[in-house]
Amino acid sequence: MTFARNHWYVAAYGREIGRELFARTILGEPLVFYRSEAGEVVALADRCVHRRYPLSESRLEGDTIVCGYHGFTYDKAGSCVFVPGQERIPRTARVPSYPVVEQDSFVWVWIGERDRADESLIPRAPWLADPAYTTVSGMEPLAARYELLVDNLMDLSHETYLHGGYIGTPEVANTPITTEVDEDNRIIYVSRHMADAACPPFYAKSTGIDGRITRWQDIEYHPPCLYLLHSRVAPVGVLPEADGSDPNGFHVEVVYAITPETEHSTHDFWAVARDFALDDQEVSDFLRDSNRTVVLQDVTALDILERVIQGEPRDYQELSINIDTGGLAARRILKRMVAEADEPARAVTA
Amino acid sequence: MTDRVAMLRGATVYRIHWELGTDVLVGVCHCGAEHDSEDPVELWDWLLAHPEGHEPPPAGSPAPVDREPVGADA
Repeated sequence: MTFARNHWYVAAYGREIGRELFARTILGEPLVFYRSEAGEVVALADRCVHRRYPLSESRLEGDTIVCGYHGFTYDKAGSCVFVPGQERIPRTARVPSYPVVEQDSFVWVWIGERDRADESLIPRAPWLADPAYTTVSGMEPLAARYELLVDNLMDLSHETYLHGGYIGTPEVANTPITTEVDEDNRIIYVSRHMADAACPPFYAKSTGIDGRITRWQDIEYHPPCLYLLHSRVAPVGVLPEADGSDPNGFHVEVVYAITPETEHSTHDFWAVARDFALDDQEVSDFLRDSNRTVVLQDVTALDILERVIQGEPRDYQELSINIDTGGLAARRILKRMVAEADEPARAVTA
Repeated sequence: MTDRVAMLRGATVYRIHWELGTDVLVGVCHCGAEHDSEDPVELWDWLLAHPEGHEPPPAGSPAPVDREPVGADA
């Protein structure tokens, strides 16, 4: 098993879940989602207890799912409330239900032991549901294991080669990189702070900055699922205030949710939120198109890599260099999370 | 701006700074001990071995924190 169970994962955008039954596999578990008449999101195992027919191929009736094969009917908690042709409902006639939280435009689902699902553990991406930001977003299916996407996102130096012409920046080679790991809170942070950089035409036009800029690109990864890229530009020398506020900076918050589908496939959620040019459709189109292009370039490369790795022995040799400092930190914490998934509950208290 | 960026404020933060213009990585433990290496695998091993092989912190104040990460404490 290569999954870190007993964690929250992004299952969908809230907008994807409505009054139609919606199937998605998370960590190898087929789930069915729907929105109740009151508007809450429900997640159940997507297999009828009777003959394993997918409930997602069935019918929603009020807040119950009526199995499309023999009519077993389940309520929001997964309890069977009707079986065809008889009065008695077998005691074991229920499907597992999953804890769900809607937050920051995402539907988060807890995969693991129900009684350990603590909502306060869900990392935040507040910009995605903040009216002070405009957000574009999407999701691309990846035919590769999630670890490859984590590796990819933790090292942005690949952008020069894989994404040449899209997000590469000439100053990167002259920018010191700092990698930090907060052991207790399990956060990996990779900072690239460019004190004095040329302003790309996109930013000059959309922010009105005239001249050179101070540019930060900071990765903040909350394993296993949430990856944030804080991109900040400001007139050269302008830094955030001492209290942490940053009224003179322009911010693009790039958010990825990395959710394993199976051991060899991943849901690659991406979103780009900005706090400038809020109503400028051209800016939205540019950010959507360029980020989606970058994501699809990664998908193509990682799909190839997955096929290669599957054909190799389990302990294939790699070489790690300086650019891998952050990726190595992420791998270590993910490995520990996977190991903890098999331990008793008391071991996971961080 | 200092080369020694520090963004996380937790009590147990390990840092690795890539020295500009070189292949040298500088590991800084939460105890203040420092170690240079050109191999990130070796350097993580050294950091995570704390307190083994970690000298007492040198004199001087810890690196300044430029900004608190927005999502870290939410």
